[in-house]
Amino acid sequence: MSVDTAAPDDLTGTDDRIMRRGFGLLGRGIVAEKWWFTVSVVGSLLYGAMTVADAWVLGWATDHVIRPSFERGDVAEGALWTSVFLFIGVAVLRALGIVGRRLVGGLVYYRLIADYRRRVTRQYLSLPMSWHHRHPTGQLLSNANADVEATWAVFMPLPMALGVVAMLLTAIVAMVEADVVLTLVGLVVFPALFGINVFYQRWLSPKAARAQSLRGDVSAVAHESFDGATVVKSLGREADETERFRAATERLRDANIEVGRIRSVFDPLLEALPNLGILLVIVLGVGRVASGAAEPGDVVQVAYLFTVVAFPVRAIGWVLGELPRSVVSWDRVDSVLAATGSMQYGDRTLPGAGAVQLDLRDVTYTFPDADRPVLSHLDLHVGRGSVTAVVGSTGSGKSTLTSLLVRLVDPEQGRVELDGVDVRTLTHDDLAAAVALVPQSTFLFDDSVRENVTLGSEHVDDATVWDALRTVQAEDFVRALPDGLDTQLGERGTTLSGGQRQRLALARALVRRPRLLVMDDATSALDPDVERRILSELAARTSDGTGPTVLVVAYRKATIALADEVVFLQAGRIADRGPHHELVVRSAAYRDLVDAYDQAREAQ
Amino acid sequence: MTTTTAERRTAAPAPATEAHEVTGWAVLRRGLALSPQVMEGLGVTLLLALLSTVGASVVPIVVRAAIDDGLGDGSQMDEGRIFLYAGLTLVVVLLTAGAGYAMRVRLFTRSEVALSDLRVRAFRHVHDLSVLTQSSERRGVLVSRVTSDIDQISLFLQFTGVMIVVSVGQMLVATMIMAYYSWQLTLVVLVCFLPLWLSLTLFAKHMSRAYDTVRRTVGEMIAVIAEPVVGASVVRSYAIERRTQRRVDAGIDRNYRANIRAQSIVAVTFASAGVAGGLANAGVIALGVVLGVAGGLSMGTVIAFAFLVGLFVGPAQQATQVITDAQNAIASWRRVIALLDTPADVVDPGERGTTIPDEPLGARFADVAFAYPGGPRVLTDVDVEIAPRQRVAVVGETGSGKTTFAKLLTRLMDPVEGAVLLGGVDLRDVPFSDLRRHVVMVPQEGFLFDATLRENLQYGRSGATDAELETAFTDLGLADWYAGLPQGLDTPVGQRGESLSAGERQLVALVRAALADPAFLVLDEATSAVDPQTELRATRALDTLLSGRTSVTIAHRLSTAESADRVLVFDAGRLVQDGSHAELLAEGGVYGRLHASWVAQSNLPGRMDA
Ligand SMILES: Nc1ncnc2c1ncn2[C@@H]1O[C@H](COP(=O)(O)OP(=O)(O)OP(=O)(O)O)[C@@H](O)[C@H]1O
Ligand SMILES: Nc1ncnc2c1ncn2[C@@H]1O[C@H](COP(=O)(O)OP(=O)(O)OP(=O)(O)O)[C@@H](O)[C@H]1O
Ligand SMILES: [Mg+2]
Ligand SMILES: [Mg+2]
Repeated sequence: MSVDTAAPDDLTGTDDRIMRRGFGLLGRGIVAEKWWFTVSVVGSLLYGAMTVADAWVLGWATDHVIRPSFERGDVAEGALWTSVFLFIGVAVLRALGIVGRRLVGGLVYYRLIADYRRRVTRQYLSLPMSWHHRHPTGQLLSNANADVEATWAVFMPLPMALGVVAMLLTAIVAMVEADVVLTLVGLVVFPALFGINVFYQRWLSPKAARAQSLRGDVSAVAHESFDGATVVKSLGREADETERFRAATERLRDANIEVGRIRSVFDPLLEALPNLGILLVIVLGVGRVASGAAEPGDVVQVAYLFTVVAFPVRAIGWVLGELPRSVVSWDRVDSVLAATGSMQYGDRTLPGAGAVQLDLRDVTYTFPDADRPVLSHLDLHVGRGSVTAVVGSTGSGKSTLTSLLVRLVDPEQGRVELDGVDVRTLTHDDLAAAVALVPQSTFLFDDSVRENVTLGSEHVDDATVWDALRTVQAEDFVRALPDGLDTQLGERGTTLSGGQRQRLALARALVRRPRLLVMDDATSALDPDVERRILSELAARTSDGTGPTVLVVAYRKATIALADEVVFLQAGRIADRGPHHELVVRSAAYRDLVDAYDQAREAQ
Repeated sequence: MTTTTAERRTAAPAPATEAHEVTGWAVLRRGLALSPQVMEGLGVTLLLALLSTVGASVVPIVVRAAIDDGLGDGSQMDEGRIFLYAGLTLVVVLLTAGAGYAMRVRLFTRSEVALSDLRVRAFRHVHDLSVLTQSSERRGVLVSRVTSDIDQISLFLQFTGVMIVVSVGQMLVATMIMAYYSWQLTLVVLVCFLPLWLSLTLFAKHMSRAYDTVRRTVGEMIAVIAEPVVGASVVRSYAIERRTQRRVDAGIDRNYRANIRAQSIVAVTFASAGVAGGLANAGVIALGVVLGVAGGLSMGTVIAFAFLVGLFVGPAQQATQVITDAQNAIASWRRVIALLDTPADVVDPGERGTTIPDEPLGARFADVAFAYPGGPRVLTDVDVEIAPRQRVAVVGETGSGKTTFAKLLTRLMDPVEGAVLLGGVDLRDVPFSDLRRHVVMVPQEGFLFDATLRENLQYGRSGATDAELETAFTDLGLADWYAGLPQGLDTPVGQRGESLSAGERQLVALVRAALADPAFLVLDEATSAVDPQTELRATRALDTLLSGRTSVTIAHRLSTAESADRVLVFDAGRLVQDGSHAELLAEGGVYGRLHASWVAQSNLPGRMDA
């Protein structure tokens, strides 16, 4: 439905500003890769000069080899060998130039892309979750992929374009040297080629950019539609989805056709122009040669110049055409790179070992763009090694509370403390080692069972993994998988049942032996039986002092019953707290929530 | 030209299951047959393409004529003839440009129309494949079938294909003109280019392998770059940034090296075509002068050859790239064709089907067995009949096959053995449009689209008015929650619905299903994250709302089973118990155990001692 349409409308207006910024972007890339870039430009200059030299050699050969030989009726041998060597020498040098230009030019381009991909993904890893929430997945993926590529795409034709500038200057010099009048043809045709190219690219690029962005829309629609395939099918919306996709596709088709029409006009025109130049040179050349002002070789040389220069000149057009697109893409990339508020971690480590004490002091949190806080002025104390249950109705802020503890978000006011230490002063590793969160929605990586549990930690051996799997009652089904721990789980773990996925997420937390374990409704898809066993095992660990402090979001009474204390959350505030048996008596709202099933059963 | 490199690089990762090797020609034929719009008038387009090469080939002729008619030595110059030639050539060049224009417009328009059609068809086909196909293949791979693969084909139809025709045409015309002028010089030119043409297939093979690697590394890179984005919260809470970064960096680096490799092959082939051109020029001049002096050739001919050699250099430079692009396009085409050729395993019988009667519906599983592709049986010998209006609860341990049962019941997939019948009709005979009108499932994950609340709800009933939507909330006892939304129906739910809490997401999915108003409702843990009070209120309201309908509810909370008419108990893929709550309780077994633990936890008075 809503697709991220980063409309390239800003491309059409304020051309000069875009061009200026485009040149700034070129400068940035050149500075970043100055050495390789220099090599590629030198290669390109060599290529440009040798291209002109090629025509010059032909002219020289005409006047010094061909014509004398034909006129005298015998081969001008010395000059002939010279021209042979010149042709071959020029060709070899030009080949070297091409290798420099294309290979090293490509090197610059791919180095820039790789570099900026690394920068963008580093940002993804350091920017806070609140930033991630504000940006759709599809957009972030295309920032790191297509946008980075499009930003630097201009560097592909850039060395060639610079070489062409040199080529044109040399060509003019060569022409002046050959004949002044014929030079005038060059002075008309080259600027015309150049001008048409610029005009062409200026006209084309906003349309091409629009097509590019529509291509992004098509992809986004397809992605979302396939992602939600179960919903699409179970509600029988395939036809409507196809219509939605068709609409996006047809917009792309029309944009592509529009781009195609422009190309259809200009490509043949640009191909024809040099040929027209050649004709003009010949017509004028006839007069010049007749009047003795020019040699035939001069005419041949100038005519030949048009054939060799015509195609490369288009590189300038490509650069100017790419620039606006590069600028727009750069804006998107830059918005990631410039995003601030990266998660700052401290440098303290948490002293001691074993269970920690958790304190929330006057914590308030508001989602960005929300008009009221989801959590207000929370004060909470969870004693070392104790079990605390957080209970509250749907949307009361329980998940938000748990996300504060591992600093997925930071409170806008107040503090979260572990053993009296503000979590913001802890190093990231230490915080993650101390607190493990099992989130409400399970996320599995497209990787093996083992990697999903260990998350690459070398400290976790297979025995530990199996231990954890046993605790969460996942041992049997993992053993039954075709490759055991090495079984690949597929995207988001789709080859497992909901409960199986949840168990792996639990095992992931358990293998780390955290000092504070936070479970956000993490057992909802587990059978009550299994859940009870997991919790009692954890409880057993707690009571003999080796287990963690536990904060658990739950509705089930068995879970609640394991808790030393219950925190009852209502609309982001702690409405009441205390042992379950006290709360049931004291708070009607709590009773209605927790005892809903019993009340229902009694009412029957 | 500006977009080609970018398009090439974002090419799709090769699929895990590459179609059986069909030859390139067969793919091309089949591909064109799939898009008849391209074939329409293709002959004319190709003719125009050939015509458009004439302009460039005519120029050397006029150069020769001009030189031989006096420009060469300036003595007896026939200016009138030269001007006439020039004039004629001007006309030819302009006509050629016109042909080039007409050819391109035809090509762009037809191929775009054809490919947009193909895109939509492929998209639709993905939806016609069963969910099981969709969950074992990566979403990204399927997306690339309808995006980058088609882009590759369009690149081929609009540029590469034409370039091949034009290049070959241009070289043929040039060769013919050359041969007409002098067979000896022609031979020199051909010999100089021969090694290049001979090594072309070798180069092309290297290049195609290099680009295969590029494509593969692109796929892998995109997959690892997705990790810090899609799994951001896991990465953050487990502090695995360094590991993730290492994986990402490795992916980026592999892709970088693959690109450099491909690039160096391109550069070398490009450069060597230029060397061949230089050799040819040198040879032509040398031999031309010798032959000319001996009296067999005019001076204009020798110089015209230099221009004609130019017509060879361009195509030779592009050749390897062109061949690689063609190979890429054929590979993409092959993948799209393979997708379209995958039989829709859950086929919509469409018009020919039998409709379900508009009355309270019963369902029947007749000796049903099911296995996910390549996996073991996850449901065996399921034989059960659900009467119209019955409210059935399905319980069982994790992984026992409940979700699978629900998916079969709603025909998200077909059984490998036996049949599922609804209202007496085999589901395989029911047209989709009719089926979805009668059965609706609320899946385990409350997936919402990245849109407003209103749009998401209208997914259940298209064109529902705001008033209807609001009434739906009230009917389900959710008026309070709805009233608490500051933006009401305009609330954006975020991607996958993630701006709502997990429970809220499920409530929206529930309202969406209620709006669809089916005769048969299947709920798969549809309220697992909702608090008990709200859940009871909502499901009761739903019961009333759908009274007289048939429903199947999967839930871990056995309160559902207690109030159901009938309970089905699954264990390890088998239906082990079937009866009312009271009967099963008396029976004991799996249900007895599940229920005992459920009751135990409902009645625990205080802290349980370890
Ligand atoms: N797409 C799939 N590909 C392969 N195997 C699958 C797939 N989906 C589920 N399975 C397997 O099929 C079995 C039954 O899964 P199903 O989802 O039906 O279980 P369930 O009873 O719904 O479990 P839960 O209570 O956890 O939701 C499980 O062993 C699971 O691993
Ligand atoms: N990313 C977000 N942006 C804006 N609002 C949000 C976001 N995530 C959650 N909310 C809102 O904040 C409130 C609290 O959400 P939270 O997920 O903490 O609830 P919860 O108590 O965990 O609910 P549940 O029991 O359904 O899991 C909800 O009203 C929800 O709509
Ligand atoms: Mg929650
Ligand atoms: Mg399930």
